[in-house]
Amino acid sequence: MAKANYLRGKACIVGAVDEVSPTGELHMTERELEVKLVHAALADAGLKLSDVDGLFVTGMMMPSMELAEHLGIRPRYTDTTMTGGSSFEVHVQHAAAAIALGLCEVAVSVYAQTPRSKGGLGGGMAAMMSSIDRKNPPPFLEWEMPYGLMLPAGDYALAAMRHKHLYGTTSEQLAQIAVSTRQWAEKNPRARYQEPLTISDVMNSPLVCDPLHRYDCCLVTDGAGAVVITSAERAKSLKKKPVYILGTGVSHDHAMMITEMPELTVTPGAVSAKQAFEHAGYKPKDIDLVMTYDSFTITVLMSLEDMGFCAKGEGGAFVEDGKLGPGGSLPTNTSGGGLSYTHPGMYGMFLLVEAVRQLRGECGPRQVKNAKLAVAHGVGGVLSACSTVILGTEETL
Amino acid sequence: MSRLIMGMSRHALPFWEATKEKKLVIQYSPETKRYYHYPREAVVISPTTLEVQWRQASGKAEVYSFSVMRKPGNPSMAAKVPYVVAIVQLEEGVRMMTNIVNCPIENVKIGMKVRLTWEELKDGMHLPVFEPA
Repeated sequence: MAKANYLRGKACIVGAVDEVSPTGELHMTERELEVKLVHAALADAGLKLSDVDGLFVTGMMMPSMELAEHLGIRPRYTDTTMTGGSSFEVHVQHAAAAIALGLCEVAVSVYAQTPRSKGGLGGGMAAMMSSIDRKNPPPFLEWEMPYGLMLPAGDYALAAMRHKHLYGTTSEQLAQIAVSTRQWAEKNPRARYQEPLTISDVMNSPLVCDPLHRYDCCLVTDGAGAVVITSAERAKSLKKKPVYILGTGVSHDHAMMITEMPELTVTPGAVSAKQAFEHAGYKPKDIDLVMTYDSFTITVLMSLEDMGFCAKGEGGAFVEDGKLGPGGSLPTNTSGGGLSYTHPGMYGMFLLVEAVRQLRGECGPRQVKNAKLAVAHGVGGVLSACSTVILGTEETL
Repeated sequence: MSRLIMGMSRHALPFWEATKEKKLVIQYSPETKRYYHYPREAVVISPTTLEVQWRQASGKAEVYSFSVMRKPGNPSMAAKVPYVVAIVQLEEGVRMMTNIVNCPIENVKIGMKVRLTWEELKDGMHLPVFEPA
């Protein structure tokens, strides 16, 4: 069996781009955006379409084959792993492994979704709902939908309520996460929301599902992104400073039924992050910046606990001093996150893009000084599937 | 408006049929000696014998977590807003999603004891919901 850290530093992210708009709308189809972003990511890396031999994309029906056909390429490695919002962190793991084994050399993972301009449900939900077999429906439709659970906010609200019950976490502490994240967005001219936000703004925004207020919930915007991954060897000759993949981890413990989650306040991130940190040879205290999935404020709070930045139950006290915001000791979601920057349904791609930009020093007013080591932590489904990627500059190798 | 029922799976028909008599039945596997809910295909819970028993639950439960929907989760729930969606832990050890009814919203608490009651669906079936015990 391969050593646990076999993949450490073997592959790099060498291209990272996204497309968002402060209006929340992009006036292109998802296919147009995918193709555009693949080309843009390759240009960012200094590579050509003909270099691509590994293609990673999510979707419903043979999505990598459809996309490759549109791109006019013939990948020798193909991956359509779909774990919801954490899919793209999983893609990074799979790409690093495939590259290390020589199964491909230049991998592209791409994502585009336009729920705001299209309307309706994101995350492939609309297609699924239209193809339901009424004699064998997906479990969450049969056993949860009749009770009127709002998906996905209700799922996260159930977790937040139990976290409050067990640990005394307050709504103000959750609100502070939205406030700190907004402070980053104020520095990002591409963010959807850039106006200042206060704890009382969050507390006074309408309750959606108790205890989550409107501003505890992420945006619904159009958005697209892509990353290019190649071997550390090839990365050395490319245009931009390589960002090394140091450690990865994946874990899922249920699917779309929140009642199947073993304990609502502990996400599978506790498992995925442990492995990622072990493989990277670093600990949470070494991390310079955190990109962690913020579908809801509670997602951030529980993920910080599960990744080991603080103990389980201490997340509320941990975030309440504003340490996640600009000037704080743990810069988190520096783009403005899914709460204020963009959230097309599967935000994980944007975690990677922002981590890479920060580690390259491309972030202008929101740049974190001397950022060398970052974690990108995706949470997909309804707290169901987590994937953690530790990324670092050359100095962290 | 009646509840939105998107489908009833074949392997769960004993559950739905029992609701006609206001009985909550849950799966038990003699092979693994465990209860299961939501209902699974036989091979999932008893891989070698395929034996599945349907046992009547006591209807005693405890609130594991809850939330108040301030907007309807689907159109059929519009008239009920605001309403409580909860996960309850049945005495038999399994959890299920439900609504807490016949109880002021502000009185719903995690850990509170609840008991089974029923809401009428179409075709003589009923939906299990819970009220304070």
